[in-house]
Amino acid sequence: METLFNQGSNLAEAVDRAFIFIFAISFIFTIGITVLMIYILVHFSRKKNKNPKQFSHNTKLEVIWTVVPLIIVLMMFYYGWVGFAPMRQVPADAMPVTVIGRMWSWEFDYGNGKVSKELVLPFNKNVKLNLVSRDVNHSLFIPAFRVKEDVIPGYENYMWFRPIMKGTFDIYCTEYCGLAHSAMLSKVIVLDSLEFKQWLTELKVPDNLPDPPGLVIIKANACITCHSLDGSKVIGPTFKGLYGRKTLVVTESGDKEIEANDEYIKKSITDPNAEQVKGYNKGLMQSYKEKISAEDLDKIVDYFKISVETK
Amino acid sequence: MTNSSTSVPLNYLNHQTGLWSWLSSTDHKRIGLLYMYSITIFFCVAAILGLLMRIEKIAPGQTIMSAQTYNGMFTIHGIIMIFIVVIPGLAAVFGNILLPIMIGAKDVAFPKLNLFSWYVYITGAFLGLYSQFANGHSPDTGWTFYVPYSAEASSNVVIALTAAFVLGFASILTGLNFIVTIHRMRAPGMTWFRMPLFPWSLYATAWIQILATPIIGITLLMVIAERTFHIGFFDPALGGDPVLYQHLFWIYSHPAVYVMILPAMGVVTEIFPTFSQKPVFGYVPIVFSSMAIALVGYFVWGHHMFTSGMSYESRWFFSFLTFLVAIPSAIKVFNWLSTMYGGSVDLKPPLLFAISFIFLFTIGGFTGLTLGSLATNIQLHNTDFVVAHFHYIIFGGMGFAFFAAIHYWFPKIYGRMYNFKWANISWGFLFVGFNLLYFPLFVIGIQGMPRRYFDYDPKFQTGEMLSTVGAFILIAGLFMMLANLIYHSRKGAVATANPWHGVTLEWQIPSPPPHENFDEVPVITRDPYIFDNPQTN
Repeated sequence: METLFNQGSNLAEAVDRAFIFIFAISFIFTIGITVLMIYILVHFSRKKNKNPKQFSHNTKLEVIWTVVPLIIVLMMFYYGWVGFAPMRQVPADAMPVTVIGRMWSWEFDYGNGKVSKELVLPFNKNVKLNLVSRDVNHSLFIPAFRVKEDVIPGYENYMWFRPIMKGTFDIYCTEYCGLAHSAMLSKVIVLDSLEFKQWLTELKVPDNLPDPPGLVIIKANACITCHSLDGSKVIGPTFKGLYGRKTLVVTESGDKEIEANDEYIKKSITDPNAEQVKGYNKGLMQSYKEKISAEDLDKIVDYFKISVETK
Repeated sequence: MTNSSTSVPLNYLNHQTGLWSWLSSTDHKRIGLLYMYSITIFFCVAAILGLLMRIEKIAPGQTIMSAQTYNGMFTIHGIIMIFIVVIPGLAAVFGNILLPIMIGAKDVAFPKLNLFSWYVYITGAFLGLYSQFANGHSPDTGWTFYVPYSAEASSNVVIALTAAFVLGFASILTGLNFIVTIHRMRAPGMTWFRMPLFPWSLYATAWIQILATPIIGITLLMVIAERTFHIGFFDPALGGDPVLYQHLFWIYSHPAVYVMILPAMGVVTEIFPTFSQKPVFGYVPIVFSSMAIALVGYFVWGHHMFTSGMSYESRWFFSFLTFLVAIPSAIKVFNWLSTMYGGSVDLKPPLLFAISFIFLFTIGGFTGLTLGSLATNIQLHNTDFVVAHFHYIIFGGMGFAFFAAIHYWFPKIYGRMYNFKWANISWGFLFVGFNLLYFPLFVIGIQGMPRRYFDYDPKFQTGEMLSTVGAFILIAGLFMMLANLIYHSRKGAVATANPWHGVTLEWQIPSPPPHENFDEVPVITRDPYIFDNPQTN
């Protein structure tokens, strides 16, 4: 069970110390300034004070209110730095896990082809996350662990920590990455090291049969971010059982029923808004006319045919 | 209604009439008003968009709009508010109306260029709006246009970028105009240190405008080139560097924050002495802190990128510099309080807005320190805490200063006075609504609620709901204030030349000012804030 201020990792305590220091000072000063302001408004109100004093300098005061805040902010800097510095010093024994971010899901690769949708980790063991993006910028954020680092294509960003609390914790994407940014979620699950070993052993390696050529093209163009392969409704209609499906589409001259045949599928790729499946939003999909060749279109249609036949 | 044009002396508002006399005017006061009216309209549009987003987030899941619409909406809300409202905001409106008067000049140095800047601004603004509707879908990149997403997203990003580019030119031209005006056109005897502090803040601002804005211009062109010709500045698929874009973007956009806030500081610095009938405390430190903010503000952009994968050394160094830039702001707060201390403080609406500015700016400033500190930044970066922080600075700071400014100079601009009671009531709604809208976002931000999230975990709902209630109160206050001001700009009681007993030059000429401001060029013989004869009735 996740509470608000879990200190789920070894790094959290120093971060929270910086939080408390900065918030305490901020609170004291904000209250102080506000109280002083109200005091001035009341005590020196025009009703009470008809003779405004005309001073405009006080060197001693001015030096104090320059030097004291300077010292305070330098202390804030120090606390922040001390809490942050260990985040960049990865212990040599840290277990590496590769995090793959793509629009709009996370994948955690434990090596040897073992891939999970959730980040399962052993309790109290150092772990290093290597952050890889397959498309645009993302950011991996685990609030309970006080860690966050952007996942940027072409960059070898990383983070490390040691989970010191068992349980399940939220993972968010915190770099805006398009339509389903707020759905790019996952969980960290911290297990006993024995449980973890068992979990890792049982984690299935996906069968590495090569994808049919049509599916390779579909994946390369990131079609499956909006069109699922498993029947679930995402942004656009699912690809499962597509070929030969009869559906209602919206055209400029009104609704009509079509059958998803060769012609319709190709047209949906090159001119997606002309005959849009009813119930989905127009304008979200761009034309792939320039990006997918006629030859490749045939391969995609072949893939849809085969996948329907094999069901 | 006593508005018979025969009895009213000629002034800048009535010496020529008709729409064309406004659209072709090179009078700095009229151009300032053109900016004010256009900015007000855009502000209301973007504020309504903000309210719609808040309604969407009153509960998890889809409430009134789709994710795509929400993403487009926060993008255009940001583009309008930042590029069309806040960056030009105080400088283009009150800078234009008051800068020449406050330094004893008849106009800015380049009046025609000034009018041209407004047309450039309007062109950019309409391009920005057009980008929302062209081809039936709106850009959804956020106002930061981060690549690679902005280089790949299928919507009207190029038009939106062009809009920001064009708006940048208006900003540069205004800045240039103000710098030359301040250097060349101060009244005889007005030495640099006899210049009032609002002009000083505009001077610091103008330097940022002309030095920093070209960088964003070039950056936006690079993104356009990237999208159009696939050059590969930023896209790793083409061998580019996505973090380079973030550097270039923030090298401008961080100093731009000071373009927003410096004139706001200048405004309240004018208001405190007048309503205390007491000189500004620490004139010279205020001048130097403005210039220090303008200078150091250039070197802190990296604090927007602490999680981007920058080197360890740049992270701590940018954090260090960020803390240094806090000092001049702190000095100003203490100076403002000391200006009021010992004075004869009259809590009229302008002062009410000005002290709210201090309160909100203080909260914005301290939460900024929490973000500037490395360890805490890692937790807070790109959460709703950041959203709350910059709204406290930009809206609580610049926005409330704008409200303070309009309530302060309203009688000068229109020669009429608004209703104090309604001004105070609308202040109450604005202040309560503002805090209820943004404070809960600090709390859920610390708990980890990311920004730019269409949907959210139900555990954040209390905060989100309170925030939405606050948004309704804020909008109500906003329209109350606008109604009070708009109605009384024509029907209010006739105001005297100097209703607040101010001592700067704008209060020494009639309200509204004559077309050429001064019948005789004033000669300045002493410091700007001397109250020989404090008026305390």
